[in-house]
Amino acid sequence: MADIGTLNTMKAAEDPVRGQLDGPRGARPKRNLSRRNIMLYGVLIVVAIYYLLPLYVMIVTSLKTMPEIRLGNVFSLPKDITFQPWVKAWAEACTGVNCDGLSRGFWNSVRILIPSVILSISIACVSGYALSKWKFKGSEVFFTLLLVGAFIPYQVMLYPVVIILRDVGTFLTDIWQGTCGFFTSAEGSCRGRVQLFGSLSGLVIVHSIFGMPILVLLFRNYFASIPEELFKAARVDGAGFWQILFRIMLPMSLPILVVAIILQVTGIWNDFLFGVVYTRAEQYPMTVQLNNIVNSVQGTKEYNVNMAATLLTGLVPLAIYFVSGKLFVRGIAAGAVKG
Amino acid sequence: MTDHSVQIKDLDLHFGAVKVLQNLNLDIHDGEFLVLLGSSGCGKSTLLNCIAGLLEPTDGQIFIKGQNVTWKEPSERGIGMVFQSYALYPQMTVEGNLSFGLKNARVPKDEIKRRVDRAAEILQIEPLLKRKPGALSGGQRQRVAIGRALVRDVDVFLFDEPLSNLDAKLRADLRVELKRLHHQLKNTMIYVTHDQVEAMTLANRIAIMKGGLIMQLDTPDVIYNRPVNKYVADFIGSPSMNFIEGTLERGTFRAGEFTMRMQGYDFAAGSAQDGPAIAGIRPEHIVTGELAANMPATMQVKAELVEPMGSDTLIWSRVNDEPFRIRMDGHLPVEEGEILNIGIDPARVSLFDTSTEERL
Ligand SMILES: Nc1ncnc2c1ncn2[C@@H]1O[C@H](COP(=O)(O)OP(=O)(O)O)[C@@H](O)[C@H]1O
Ligand SMILES: [Mg+2]
Repeated sequence: MADIGTLNTMKAAEDPVRGQLDGPRGARPKRNLSRRNIMLYGVLIVVAIYYLLPLYVMIVTSLKTMPEIRLGNVFSLPKDITFQPWVKAWAEACTGVNCDGLSRGFWNSVRILIPSVILSISIACVSGYALSKWKFKGSEVFFTLLLVGAFIPYQVMLYPVVIILRDVGTFLTDIWQGTCGFFTSAEGSCRGRVQLFGSLSGLVIVHSIFGMPILVLLFRNYFASIPEELFKAARVDGAGFWQILFRIMLPMSLPILVVAIILQVTGIWNDFLFGVVYTRAEQYPMTVQLNNIVNSVQGTKEYNVNMAATLLTGLVPLAIYFVSGKLFVRGIAAGAVKG
Repeated sequence: MTDHSVQIKDLDLHFGAVKVLQNLNLDIHDGEFLVLLGSSGCGKSTLLNCIAGLLEPTDGQIFIKGQNVTWKEPSERGIGMVFQSYALYPQMTVEGNLSFGLKNARVPKDEIKRRVDRAAEILQIEPLLKRKPGALSGGQRQRVAIGRALVRDVDVFLFDEPLSNLDAKLRADLRVELKRLHHQLKNTMIYVTHDQVEAMTLANRIAIMKGGLIMQLDTPDVIYNRPVNKYVADFIGSPSMNFIEGTLERGTFRAGEFTMRMQGYDFAAGSAQDGPAIAGIRPEHIVTGELAANMPATMQVKAELVEPMGSDTLIWSRVNDEPFRIRMDGHLPVEEGEILNIGIDPARVSLFDTSTEERL
């Protein structure tokens, strides 16, 4: 019995400690349904619906037949799904000029997009690198001018660029026809003309130039954030301008390259103004082609075809976002930014 | 032809209107370990970058091994450089980092392998060769950075605060390794630091810099015992030197009640011996306890604050209303408020002219 007595006293002695043990311990539990979270998710859901509803209507409409659309119920699901509008939008829809649908515009856009993206990013990357790491006299002035260029509205330059493209084309033609005799004596081979205005190459040049300010800014700032000592170490190791760029800087630049690609692909693909001004009808990019299909006044309005055409046109930027967004995150996670 | 490894002649460097280096001359012997020591912003890195060829001097010449390299590219100068931030190429393996410079110089493959293996062996980084820098610790990264200079078989190594980013323990370890490396390689090494312990322990000679000028260039021993001016005296030593303002008259220094006959003091030739002067006394040269009475100059001070540091004890006191530090053996018990008898050996004191602050 005496044992129990001692046990009890021990227990009493432990009590205050026990009180502490029962108290809060470890991480504080988080309430999921706090007022803050309700607000946050509420707003997010509303915004998401606001943006997704039109997309939903477009998709649904593009899968309906015309008679069903005429019933007027915009939000209803299609009763019998048809892919005919998509086929028609791609291959048969008529613009004022021809009836081969968006496909022509798609390939034109691709032919514009790929060289423009490669050209503009290459030039901007090298320029940004030179401006940040190989400062020369006047490099700051040069950069400031470039930045000012970013703030001039495109519309101001539309017509001057038309003249420049036309005249430079004529000038290059003159040079070509004047000198080509030295390279070849074949009859008639010197008749070719260099055409910049109203051709895809002209549009590629325009896109590259107009993308320059923002891209150079992007690359310059990124390269400027790479430590100076890394650059110095490479110089001591005997690497030159291009070696440092290709062996040291570019391998560290995946994230910024992805950002530049996203910017350029979506910007150039979505461009309408330059496309319609600087090219001819058979070279119109997809956006212009889309406009011509949707706004063509012959016959009845085929809403399902229009919706399908619009979705098709938006597919490329969408795909870019999905694919490169993931790459972007992976690039950062892989420590490509920090050494 | 010469035992000079690096010579700098009349070097000027201006950033616009800012004159960072002015008329700087420096001769560095072959195989010497020279430390450039100075507070932050005094132009140490700038000087090192000029030697490396990473900055163009405004005026002056640089010779390495008797060759004028003033207009040469960094890679053509026979130098290797180690940076504070390591500056390893993050996308290359350790092996890639080590061999990058050799590949650029078109060194044959088997020779590259031989040199990389040798450097890896010297620095004990063989197991790391296939790793990326991101997977290395700070100490390992700095070893790789040293290795990158090592493989290039250069005459001159340049270090720009290589240990500053490491924690204290690792810094001490790597410091010893650097010294060992210097004994082994016998290259010329120029080492920039603001840490006086690194400077004192590593250097054959130290160049103390201030505002782009070299104040004193000498062995650590001379710099410590015979600083040429008050700035150097104050900069070197931790805790720093005590300064007492007073006057010097016919070989006796007086400050208030304190007098000290400067017997055994080695006056600089031609220095004025009378007039206002500052006596610099190192805290660790002050004798306490029973031995104090035997010293040529004695004083009584009150211990205001006692900082025990284990091996020794730092006592804060006051002389002529100026803080006065005494470093004494950690075993001796001292109470705060206690009056201490201290003794000073004039031979270990430094006297400075009050106006020019030059050594007398
Ligand atoms: N690119 C530059 N432009 C202008 N001033 C500079 C530049 N680089 C360094 N300085 C100035 O030169 C001085 C010396 O710098 P530095 O050599 O880096 O000093 P530290 O001794 O700390 O290595 C500093 O005052 C710094 O502000
Ligand atoms: Mg520095």
